[in-house]
Amino acid sequence: MFRFIFGRLAVLIPTFLGVSIIAFSFIRLLPGDPVMLMSGERVMSPERHTQIMHQLGLDRPMYVQYFDYLTGLLTGDFGSSIVTKRPVLDDFLQLFPATLELALCAIIVAMVLGIPAGVFAAVKRGTWFDQSIMGVALVGYSMPIFWWGLLLIIFFSGYLGWTPVSGRISAMYFFPPVTGFMLIDSLLSGQTGAFKSAATYLILPTVVLSTIPLAVIARQTRSAMLEVLGEDYVRTARAKGLSPFRVIGVHALRNAMIPVITTIGLQVGVLLAGAILTESIFSWPGIGKWMVDSVFKRDYAVVQGGLMLIAGVIMIVNLVVDLLYGWINPRIRH
Amino acid sequence: MSIVQNTAETKTGGTPPSGLSEFWYYFSRNKGAVIGLFVFLFILFMAIFAPFVAPHSPSIQNRELLLLPPVFQQGGSWGHILGTDAVGRDILSRIIYGARFSLFIGLVVVTLSVVSGVLIGLVAGYFRGKVDTFIMRIMDIILAFPSLLLALVLVAVLGPGLLNAMIAISLVNQPHFVRLTRAAVMTEKSKDYVVGSKVAGAGTLRLMFLTILPNCLAPLIVQATLAFSAAILDAAALGFLGMGAQPPTPEWGTMLAEAREFIQRAWWVVTFPGLAILITVLAINLMGDGLRDALDPKLKRS
Repeated sequence: MFRFIFGRLAVLIPTFLGVSIIAFSFIRLLPGDPVMLMSGERVMSPERHTQIMHQLGLDRPMYVQYFDYLTGLLTGDFGSSIVTKRPVLDDFLQLFPATLELALCAIIVAMVLGIPAGVFAAVKRGTWFDQSIMGVALVGYSMPIFWWGLLLIIFFSGYLGWTPVSGRISAMYFFPPVTGFMLIDSLLSGQTGAFKSAATYLILPTVVLSTIPLAVIARQTRSAMLEVLGEDYVRTARAKGLSPFRVIGVHALRNAMIPVITTIGLQVGVLLAGAILTESIFSWPGIGKWMVDSVFKRDYAVVQGGLMLIAGVIMIVNLVVDLLYGWINPRIRH
Repeated sequence: MSIVQNTAETKTGGTPPSGLSEFWYYFSRNKGAVIGLFVFLFILFMAIFAPFVAPHSPSIQNRELLLLPPVFQQGGSWGHILGTDAVGRDILSRIIYGARFSLFIGLVVVTLSVVSGVLIGLVAGYFRGKVDTFIMRIMDIILAFPSLLLALVLVAVLGPGLLNAMIAISLVNQPHFVRLTRAAVMTEKSKDYVVGSKVAGAGTLRLMFLTILPNCLAPLIVQATLAFSAAILDAAALGFLGMGAQPPTPEWGTMLAEAREFIQRAWWVVTFPGLAILITVLAINLMGDGLRDALDPKLKRS
């Protein structure tokens, strides 16, 4: 197991270096001068230009600059925003819980609904039940989620007036963030109605963000179950006279879950990409909206730092999924 | 029915069914796939003949008919079946012209990512060793970013616009083809027919492109279909975020972005372009499912 862990970590190092090279070169590939971009000044005398170049160390050779950048990364320096001058890492840590809360809720909804839907569809294969579930799943899989979000806003927020349109909680409530998760913080604050308010703000973004993972998980569970249900050990379990619930729920599902877990792990990137759109539609103050806003504000230092941090999160999650997978399924360790 | 009879005859006749008729036999058993194919052909027809099919020009603004509702709602008229947008352009016509952009984007992105992905994957899977490790590490790096974020940042570097959006989406799509080709080449390479061909004196290029590649095509075709629909979605998403096709281009995502501020007043401005994206993507995905059924030998027996 230790060899497996070290092997995985060793693969991660070149990926990390590559990602850092991309983030490093991004700001230098942009049209225009990095000094103009970073200082935000439009007109500048040539003397001042050279002075800032020197100040920022941009007149040194490229490899020295990269090495500098890399040392910065390893000591937690991801640069500072051009607009607010705040360190990128601080902003990221402040906004990340909002995205994490939304993503966790979405993946939980997707699993709680998607796995049983897939199992039932596989067991009732070929019936109208199977066909309608798979039809709905295919529509969900094909959904342009930014449009889906707008439709939900038109209907539930505009027409029915049930849910708010944007933000995380009503402005009526104010309490210090403890965990950064609005659902938990609102409960901890003890204010009546705060939790309900946070939940109503969360519900539409969660539905939107969970749509594609839900469809993918339901489809994957169904096909994994179909494969397993044809196996000899399932037939043996049936022949032993076990209840259908035990056969499907224990003998079949446990083996069918291995590819499903891989699929769920792969949804992390999908969730973060989806968060960019979902957060933009619902003005959800998370890292997705932060990145889009920074691209539009031309705050490229934030884009650079954010790219690195988001890729870092994905790499760590993939590593954890890989390790979990090796732990569940010892065969792949070799 | 005629196809079923056809295969029955060929069985008794002794000649094997041609690849195409066998393919159509399995494809047509999937009802959804056939529906998807017809819907796709319909959209393709609309896109090609847009100037003849569309009732109005997609860019002419009718100042007297701003935000006209669709025909089935009170105040609508048959002149503008799906209503007009905030500057009085006919929505139906814009959607018909928009099909051109979406299908074109899908085609270009799939071509770019398939050609580059298959070439790189073929090299990695055939030569293995250091070349393979190097290529796969680079693919890992691309896959470490959420695809839409990477595309967004690439477009920010290259400048917003349709062409740059297509390049960016091709680049983030391409690692899937590299991985798939590499895996398929690795399984095929050790098989007897490849070894036999090598012993018979076939050169490296011949082995790569004429011996191995044709036997790896099935999963690639399925993936290409999925990439086609994913490209349409990603391009629409970039358009929606303001980084894809620029207004007044009648691209569906860009239309949605323009319509966003009117969602409370005029639901049709938002609803129809999105519905067009959904229907197109759904039709392609239905076809993809049918292709997988027809091309995947593992599923054929079940």
